[in-house]
Amino acid sequence: MATAAKTLGFIPRPTAETGFVSWLTTVDHKRIGLMYGVTAFLFFLFGGLEAFVIRLQLMKPNLDVVTADTFNALFTMHATTMIFLAIMPMLAAFMNFLLPLQIGARDVAFPRLNAFSYWSYLGGGIFINTSWVLQVLNPAGRAVPDSGWFGYANLTTVNFSGGMGPDFWTIGLLLLGIGTLVSGFNFITTILNMRAPGMSLMRMPIFSWTTMVTSVLVIFSFPAITVALLMLLFDRQFEANFFNVAAGGNVVFWQHLFWTFGHPEVYILILPAMGIVSEILPTYSRKPLFGYSVMVFSTALIGFMGFTVWSHHMFAVGMGPVVNTIFGLTTMAIAIPTGVKIFNWLSTMWGGRVKFTSAMLFALGFIMCFTIGGLSGFMHALPPANTQQTDTYFIVAHIHYVLIGGSIFAIFGGIYHWFPKFFGRMLDEKLGKWNFWLMFAGFNMFAFPFHFLGLMGMPRRIYTYDTGFGWDFWNMFSTIGVWVLTAGILLFIWNFVQAMRKPAGTLSDPWDARTIEWTTASPPLPYNFKEVPVIAARDDFWYKKYPDAGHGGKAAKKQDQPHAAGAVHGGGHGIHMPGQSYMPALLALGITLLGYGLLFSNMITTIIGVTGIFAGMFGWAFEGDGGTVIEVAGGDD
Amino acid sequence: MRLIRRLTQGPNRSLGLGLLALVGTVLTGCAKASELPQSPFDTAGPVARAQTDLMTLSLWFAGGIGLFVTVALLFVVFRYRDKKGNDKSVPKQIQGNHKLEIAWTLIPIIILGIVGVPTVQTAFATRATQDPNDLHVIVTGHQWWWEFEYPQLGIVTANELYIPTDKDVQITLKSADVIHSFWVPKLAGKMDVIPGRENHMFFNAEREEEFFGQCAEFCGTSHANMKFRVQSLTQDKFDAWVKARQAGAATPTDPDALAGMNLFMGANKSKANCIVCHTIDGTNAKAKVGPNLTNVGARSTIGAGLVENTKEHLMQWIRNPQSLKPGNKMAAHPNLTEQELEQIVKYLQGLK
Repeated sequence: MATAAKTLGFIPRPTAETGFVSWLTTVDHKRIGLMYGVTAFLFFLFGGLEAFVIRLQLMKPNLDVVTADTFNALFTMHATTMIFLAIMPMLAAFMNFLLPLQIGARDVAFPRLNAFSYWSYLGGGIFINTSWVLQVLNPAGRAVPDSGWFGYANLTTVNFSGGMGPDFWTIGLLLLGIGTLVSGFNFITTILNMRAPGMSLMRMPIFSWTTMVTSVLVIFSFPAITVALLMLLFDRQFEANFFNVAAGGNVVFWQHLFWTFGHPEVYILILPAMGIVSEILPTYSRKPLFGYSVMVFSTALIGFMGFTVWSHHMFAVGMGPVVNTIFGLTTMAIAIPTGVKIFNWLSTMWGGRVKFTSAMLFALGFIMCFTIGGLSGFMHALPPANTQQTDTYFIVAHIHYVLIGGSIFAIFGGIYHWFPKFFGRMLDEKLGKWNFWLMFAGFNMFAFPFHFLGLMGMPRRIYTYDTGFGWDFWNMFSTIGVWVLTAGILLFIWNFVQAMRKPAGTLSDPWDARTIEWTTASPPLPYNFKEVPVIAARDDFWYKKYPDAGHGGKAAKKQDQPHAAGAVHGGGHGIHMPGQSYMPALLALGITLLGYGLLFSNMITTIIGVTGIFAGMFGWAFEGDGGTVIEVAGGDD
Repeated sequence: MRLIRRLTQGPNRSLGLGLLALVGTVLTGCAKASELPQSPFDTAGPVARAQTDLMTLSLWFAGGIGLFVTVALLFVVFRYRDKKGNDKSVPKQIQGNHKLEIAWTLIPIIILGIVGVPTVQTAFATRATQDPNDLHVIVTGHQWWWEFEYPQLGIVTANELYIPTDKDVQITLKSADVIHSFWVPKLAGKMDVIPGRENHMFFNAEREEEFFGQCAEFCGTSHANMKFRVQSLTQDKFDAWVKARQAGAATPTDPDALAGMNLFMGANKSKANCIVCHTIDGTNAKAKVGPNLTNVGARSTIGAGLVENTKEHLMQWIRNPQSLKPGNKMAAHPNLTEQELEQIVKYLQGLK
């Protein structure tokens, strides 16, 4: 069936199809997606464990579960882990697995770069969490970052953080940023160049659209934090004085750079989640997404406006009423495209046949919780009112409604929805509903009281509080909520394990879905599509199943029909699949080791790391063309 | 009950009543205002009131929209749920509706306009004027305590700020180390305290009260323990306080307190040496590393709002400050005897 192509370069490429080497060298977007998903879920559990301890410490006034420094390390690493190591890569897992399937491609544009993104993410994640090992070995060393996920200078400079925490944090985030940027370019190139014939941009599934906009946000926002991190790194390692006030440095500059990245980052975390929900709602309502083109433009608009609002994180910095109100008004304006999305989701269900599957319940939970998070966000946008809210638990409520009620609920919904596609198995629906209700109840129990606590004046990031402020009851209530939420997540793991113990079946379309990823086998074969599909409409699969359902005026026009049928069908030439490679993992390993070398000022580690980088790059360039040509019996799907 | 009274009477009655109906009892957990010392809803001055009124306005819209979306969501999923025996045919494939899209674009714009105008007005109205005729206070944030300097009066104090009632107080904010944020919820929203720049704000306390304040920007290990108090006094009492402070500390007459003073001033250098870091006006102690202690005996708390100002706490603090406040920069004094500690504490408690 599969025959090796002639090798042009002088380094042979691996061909293992099973076992460890096959995963280490894979360039298959589906396998990379699964690796992203599993790794990110493990980090999600670790970040959750950190949150669990935080809530234990705050359960009652004046508790001593952990020390002040440990608490500060916990909330710093909780946020860093959840944002960079859990939610972003979980969304990247969906993008990797689904994007080529949704646009009718066999893989992403740069398969080896895709593998490199994953391995450098894994390296960065391990790197930053190595700090916990050092912390356990030497508790007084303060190796774990403990200056907040926002790393405000000058608290993070050597004068005020002598430990290794900020070094782990800056170098770790720089490592993670490399893979993220590479993914961004990869996805944009894939979407612009590799859509199936007939798949015009405005016929593209909405999740692919959110992937596109998110990738644009990544490539424009990550340079800002990269610059900031390098400046801080130079300050710490080479006494560069960017943020040393005594030498003329400016600490507010850090905040501008950080939030120029930080606010678009919020949309990087939520737009793909919106995309997932926008796929789930139509499927289980048996109706198309209401106002598809408006949804696409809202997504793009939110992405663009995300770059115009960063200073709303800084209303207490003292920028003055003119700057504050301008950023307040631009922030409020984001409520417009966001509101449009919510009403379009409601209209999608209007007149449909709403099925309460687990995926649908999570999507409905998303709409409800994200709306609450959005509305508290609107309340923060008023600068004078914001000065009473910022840095209190009111903001903590907001971010958790957006990131758990929003992103995490969408991710769980997406897992229930696409699980048959990922694994060829079904998650149990009954357990799934229990899973949802436990998570929904637990989340609201733990996060809604944060609104009250914030409005009663409880500041964020305090490791302890005294009694007598009226905060005792709701803190206790919130901690109990975390236990319920934890039960929900554990039930999900149980459901996952149970499902994986069953043999894989052939469930190509269990939900009567709409988009073309459901035309493939479940799980899809390495080449995805035997024949590159020809797209005639938005929700192409649905209209092929129900040709009489009516295309709503969006039917394929004549000129959109693909022309060169031979190229599409492979014309008997077989399917060329990219070859596997050790080089992405080697390159990522080299970069990670370089990070360790820099961190410990260790020459040997640095030399090994740099050697790895050069070996990886030259190997990348000079390894054989590789790849396999798979002959597929033509004809039927 | 003060919160409820303030919200249900006076100029903001309609907003207040609605707010209470919406979240009141839940928000306070049925607590009285006096049990919520950091609630920005129990405003005590015009700045906080303007900010909180704006917040209440936005809370109204947010609550209303949230309720509408929730009801709409529940209605849609209930009305169009897939029942047994339901019509199983493919529903009409509606792609969108331009008029509806325009409607739910325009309605938010109108709401934002309604909220936007008072937002801009309040932002400008709560800006510090720095009027030279007002009382000026320079607030300096330190890891992890607050220094208050009255440049017009020649007074420096720490962690407890005294102000007159019904007077605008102009605040200048400076930092000695990292970024902090100055926040007295009942008087005004936060303003950051940033090294390398000066920030300005003002507030006006309309009643005599001990207000609670707390650092709101994460500033390191003991960020949670960087609290302070603002005591407002009628003009007469404030003037008396100023006079007493300007007179400096008197030499104690009690022999124990006098012995404590000698220890404090470094008569026994190997043991106490407080003079290296602290100032007591009217004495040789003039160092500015730690808080000014001239009226430390009058303070209700020690350690920046950390614990009640009692003999036991003071003794524990001097012997081993880390045991009360992790990370703080004061040296421990394990070599002081119980008697010496008592003498120092007696001296400090007499400083009022």
